[in-house]
Amino acid sequence: MKFSYYPGCTLSAKAKDLDEYGRKAAEALGITLEELPEWQCCGAVYPNATDEIATRLSSVRALSKAKEAGQTLVTLCSACHHVIKRVNGDMQNNIEIRQNVNAYLHTMEGAEPYEGDAKVIHYLEMLRDCVGFDTLKSKVVNPLKGKKIGAYYGCLLLRPGKEMQMDDPENPTILEDFIRAIGAEPVYYGMRNECCGGYITVEDKDQAKKRVNAITGNARNSGVDMLITACPLCHYNLKKNADEPLPVYYFTELLAEALGVK
Amino acid sequence: MKTEDMIKEITRISGGNPAKCMKCGKCSGACPAYDEMDYHPHQFVNMVLDGRIEELAGSKGIWNCLSCFACLERCPRSVEPARIIEAVRVVTLRKAGANHLKPDDIPARLDDDIPQQAITSAMRKYAK
Ligand code: SF4
Ligand code: SF4
Repeated sequence: MKFSYYPGCTLSAKAKDLDEYGRKAAEALGITLEELPEWQCCGAVYPNATDEIATRLSSVRALSKAKEAGQTLVTLCSACHHVIKRVNGDMQNNIEIRQNVNAYLHTMEGAEPYEGDAKVIHYLEMLRDCVGFDTLKSKVVNPLKGKKIGAYYGCLLLRPGKEMQMDDPENPTILEDFIRAIGAEPVYYGMRNECCGGYITVEDKDQAKKRVNAITGNARNSGVDMLITACPLCHYNLKKNADEPLPVYYFTELLAEALGVK
Repeated sequence: MKTEDMIKEITRISGGNPAKCMKCGKCSGACPAYDEMDYHPHQFVNMVLDGRIEELAGSKGIWNCLSCFACLERCPRSVEPARIIEAVRVVTLRKAGANHLKPDDIPARLDDDIPQQAITSAMRKYAK
């Protein structure tokens, strides 16, 4: 299996673990992740304002490149995935955005029109839908027995459900199924899909702390020993801003460990 | 700008629709920034509808909404409060000299572990 791969800025810098373990694990599963030859920062937040065009361009360029390569695009960072997936939806469904983006890219870069026809999936969807959790389970050489893991979804992976189309936004299972596949025990807790206050950490640290303390407290009281996430900002926030932090790992690190390639 | 034009402008930029709100309060019930927002999401939506946009533009809530989309997900009427709040924020930021965060403010707020996306997203949310 071969995919185009979009790592994004944070995975090339502060979140190298998320990226490196993701690549190693993919290799162990017989998957080729071909990094896009050129990519730009996705902008880290989805441009909610419907009249913003420039902030959508980097996502469209990445999607066009994957289309040219004839491959599905795989993302790994929750935020990149959120932005690129939703911009792809805009290019499919919003005529005004599609026309303005294409007019700009055509005039400035002579680019072919792009109409949202590339497919973008998150690494977890690749595991679930292309590899299959049963197959993954059969490839685990070092099952993480006895580990009680809380899946931390946060907000960006799941919402808005009708655009992200990854899982049930209110009762997701993809990360718990992943935890089972690597031989550990998923622990459910109420706040697994509540926001950790990611970007507010630069604006108002106390607000972020309050969010993170509520989430880690809820996880701990539910019997969670460690949290896993796909988001570098959640990872930072949960680790750095909690008064009594729980251990936090990128899901790819545990995946690489289970596959014996860590 | 005339009040009714402002309402139209915010609605257009947001891609949501405040007129569909049935005042059920679900959005505010779901909001993790409820305590920090001076006007809570359901009030915010209705104030846009009433044309009280200047008031909202000067409120703390436009900076404290987390863009977590809980309100948008749980609203039974597809009002999309998160996007309406964002529209008021961007219209405020687009005025000359209205940046809420300046590049010079950033270094003091950094630590060794802060991921790039925190800085990029803050600049995207709080400055133009
Ligand atoms: S997007 Fe903003 S207003 Fe809506 S629930 Fe999240 S923090 Fe509250
Ligand atoms: S959840 Fe939707 S319909 Fe209910 S008060 Fe909020 S915006 Fe209005």
